[in-house]
Amino acid sequence: MKEIHVAQIIDAVEDICIKAACDLDRDVEECIRKWQAKEESEFGRYIFEQILENIDYARRENIAICQDTGVAVVFLEIGQDVHIVGGNLREAIDEGVRRGYRNGYLRNSLVDDPVFRRKNTGDNTPAVVHAEIVPGDKLKIMVLPKGGGSENMGTLKMLRPSDGIQGIKDFVLKTVMEAGGNPCPPVIVGVGIGGTMEMTTLLAKKALARKIGQPHRDPDYARLEQELLVEINRTGIGPQGLGGRVTALAVHIEHYPTHITSLPVAVNLNCHASRHAEAVL
Amino acid sequence: MAGVKKIRTPLTTEMVEQLTAGDRVAITGIIYTARDAAHKRLVQAFEEGKSLPVDITGQVVYYVGPCPPKPGKALGSCGPTTSFRMDAYAPTLLDLGLKGMIGKGQRSDEVIKSMVKNKAVYFAAIGGAAAIISRSVKTAEVVAYEDLGPEAIYRLEVEDFPCIVVTDAQGNDLYKTGVEKYRVK
Repeated sequence: MKEIHVAQIIDAVEDICIKAACDLDRDVEECIRKWQAKEESEFGRYIFEQILENIDYARRENIAICQDTGVAVVFLEIGQDVHIVGGNLREAIDEGVRRGYRNGYLRNSLVDDPVFRRKNTGDNTPAVVHAEIVPGDKLKIMVLPKGGGSENMGTLKMLRPSDGIQGIKDFVLKTVMEAGGNPCPPVIVGVGIGGTMEMTTLLAKKALARKIGQPHRDPDYARLEQELLVEINRTGIGPQGLGGRVTALAVHIEHYPTHITSLPVAVNLNCHASRHAEAVL
Repeated sequence: MAGVKKIRTPLTTEMVEQLTAGDRVAITGIIYTARDAAHKRLVQAFEEGKSLPVDITGQVVYYVGPCPPKPGKALGSCGPTTSFRMDAYAPTLLDLGLKGMIGKGQRSDEVIKSMVKNKAVYFAAIGGAAAIISRSVKTAEVVAYEDLGPEAIYRLEVEDFPCIVVTDAQGNDLYKTGVEKYRVK
């Protein structure tokens, strides 16, 4: 049994909150650069230039890439041979988020009650935490700060199995088209398919955490990702919705077995500033 | 996309009428921030017959909730938020004399109609280019609703703040024409 003290967890979460918000993952930056060359529209090219300059400036100044530093969505993979000592895991995550957002000069973007009070919590807590028990003696923590502009454009539909591949494509396309410029295209499109209602939305979120542009391990799903990407980039929405060839940088699908009656599909969009960072203890 | 037009706030009808969807502009002068919660309070104040905390006549409002500034900076990263959430409130403010809005994403038909009626303009800033946008902000000061934190109304002094005219006072909308041009049928 390996012991991990909550103090280590607090430090790690603080660190990755700031890193995710200010220092864009190099794979995402490379992907943006790759697509820049394919954009034909004049505004589209101008927007790509500005996005890349912004990434560079934010990294140099260690300031937020985007002012919407989001809800801190935290994925935990807890090794079954890990023993957490010195306090409460959930509180440690929130303390790390609190310190990260304060010390990184990141925006507090949460309200305490969604309907009646809507008062800012003042420290960007609580985090949204998804935990999974896995074999081994490590604790992997990933933070995916999720902005509201793209999150608000997400959709879920319980399709009929007879709707099939075309039904899935139509639903994803409709989501992207209705979102237009709102989620800050060029976007990354996370698609969850299968499982149950709540699981398919989680799969869509997890799909956003995959290394950008890495095709699905199953060739059938990889082909579906590619076909969706081509069709999305024919919509003309383009960078920021002002028209162009590049509406999406990648489509990532995650799937899971489902009920004999079901074909749940969820779409979770992410903006071009696809932020995430991780630590392994 | 021709050269960049330099404009200075506050705006007049004559200035607004010279702006066309697709123009790139650099804004210098005072602009005010406001987003969901501040808009709700502004419109509520108007409906209750109270005076607004800021005289919005001829002014430009920027839909943004900024990051806090690092020491030595006027403001933290401050890119635009999605404008459609303000659509329910915008026509009231336009009727009260607001001349310009900065945000991102398409507006409702009601907002565009109100812009044509009131001769106002809608600018897009680049969503996610928040760090470089903060370089244009010279001073920032909270002028109302401080309890809202990042959603308070700030008075910003900006210099060459980069924007694109996306909807002009004639109702031309770059979101529609731009996408139509690149859609593969």
